[in-house]
Amino acid sequence: MAGGVIVVVAGAALALAWRPALAPIAPPPAASFAAQQIARGAVLAGAGYCATCHTAKGGQPYAGGYAMETPFGVIHSTNITPDVATGIGAWSQAAFNRAMREGVARDGSHLFPAFPYEHFSRLSDDDLVALYAYFMTRPPVQAEAPRNTLPFPLNVRLLQAGWKLLFFRPQRDEPRADRSAEWNRGAYLAEGLAHCGACHTPRNALGAERRAQAYAGAEIDHWIAPPLDAANPSPVAWDVDELVAYLSTGVTRYHGTVAGPMAAVTRGIAQLPAEDIRAIAVYFADLAGAAARADATPAAVATALARGAAGSGRSDDAAEPLYAAACASCHYNGADGVNPLRPELALGSAVHLDDPTNLIQVILFGLDALDGAPGVVMPAFGRGLSDADVARLAAYLRATRSDRPPWPDLDKKVAQVRATGASAE
Amino acid sequence: MTIRFTINGRAATSEAEGDTPLLWIIRDDLGLTGTKYGCGIGMCGACTVHVGGRATRACITPLAAVDGAAVTTIEGLDPQAAHPLQRAWRELQVPQCGYCQSGQIMQAVALLQDFPQPTDADIDAVMAGCLCRCMTYVRIREAIKKAAAAMAPAAAPGASS
Repeated sequence: MAGGVIVVVAGAALALAWRPALAPIAPPPAASFAAQQIARGAVLAGAGYCATCHTAKGGQPYAGGYAMETPFGVIHSTNITPDVATGIGAWSQAAFNRAMREGVARDGSHLFPAFPYEHFSRLSDDDLVALYAYFMTRPPVQAEAPRNTLPFPLNVRLLQAGWKLLFFRPQRDEPRADRSAEWNRGAYLAEGLAHCGACHTPRNALGAERRAQAYAGAEIDHWIAPPLDAANPSPVAWDVDELVAYLSTGVTRYHGTVAGPMAAVTRGIAQLPAEDIRAIAVYFADLAGAAARADATPAAVATALARGAAGSGRSDDAAEPLYAAACASCHYNGADGVNPLRPELALGSAVHLDDPTNLIQVILFGLDALDGAPGVVMPAFGRGLSDADVARLAAYLRATRSDRPPWPDLDKKVAQVRATGASAE
Repeated sequence: MTIRFTINGRAATSEAEGDTPLLWIIRDDLGLTGTKYGCGIGMCGACTVHVGGRATRACITPLAAVDGAAVTTIEGLDPQAAHPLQRAWRELQVPQCGYCQSGQIMQAVALLQDFPQPTDADIDAVMAGCLCRCMTYVRIREAIKKAAAAMAPAAAPGASS
């Protein structure tokens, strides 16, 4: 059975695998692009946070070489500056569009789905023209991407055609008539350019997004991308206002601040026009069923504030002095309400998720001035606290700030996260 | 990598390793020794400074984290050291040995920003991370309340509310 499947897949792959190279072009002069298109492309490139993956740590913007750890091996992003030899300088608009929509490089080789062409297949011609204008007018950088560490046969690009046959369904922007224009605009941006599902949708064993579980949450880069559907465990629903605040400033009243890989996403999306950010918020608020939960917000906040008061008085619990010394001075909120700059731990998703990774990440490594609330820092408590103390703190917050069952094996988890964080730095 | 930030309103740069504690830079490189080294693990509050206006333990804050941020130390709180909290501190003779006091004051300033008229519970919760081995806590609480009263809009000369 399995052998038969392999034969069929291999046969189909060979039949469909070959794609022609598109003719190289001389890099178009910058003056051939309209300034307005370049400016629009800059905003779109920001909202697609292209630089996040296409820039190596400390490297030149868009020159590639960023190492993406996948379950299959390390894949390095490519150089998308207009350098002819190592970048996309010889790529025509048609070659650019084919790469974006079909995952095929100019030379005809298949791109790995680490590049979210599945999502970009939805992009309009106009947006692709603007993106092309932007990238072709960046300073060319000569930079060859380091070799990927994918094992054979995963490293055979020809076989990517088989993957595409199995999983790739090009998206087209087909507005839903039963939703508002704003919702449809949000869907276009979220599903296409912002490729939210690339992190928030779980993947199957071959790395394809499980469409039936869209936005059910997933593990990515040693963080948990929380569910964006009704399964999101935050006590207060993500409504339009909270989503707008989150996507445009990184700071919310009832959902804490942005952290981890999402921080760069928010910085990019924040560059979009306000009406586009609102459209994305409308789309996800609908997906989360926020409107139906709106009435429950005051009670959820009251419960959270009551829970959040724990640890600020005298107690025999050995974990409380840790909380009082390490957390309360910034995270305590009085009875009057939640200050967005004092993120209420009882409201954020970190203590409510099934997996404690996000909470441990933030306790161990903190947040720098660029992430979270802009200009504000959370110190890295992992420098002072042992794994056992961090585990104790996490268990305490879980027990006092949520009504969910204790996290198992916290000590081990803390050690794991500490190890991954050290390697990521 | 060069880290750029401001300290007490002045531009500062550092070439130190990004994981160097901010406290080292403040005391050893910038020579601002008002901020103290206490426990070194973020548990005592003696090293409290402000980053972006928020109280932050400098001993466990990596230098790289403050790239682009505005850092304020006790020296930068007020040009004449006359912040209402500093005045209250002097009037009530709060310090005993004094070692923890700059951290206490920086934390208290942050407290009053968020809780302009703090209850005892607010003070206990927010100040609990700042330890004082001389047990001046009673005077610290009194000084915070005195400063809060002085800073209340109605108390400001010429203000009406």
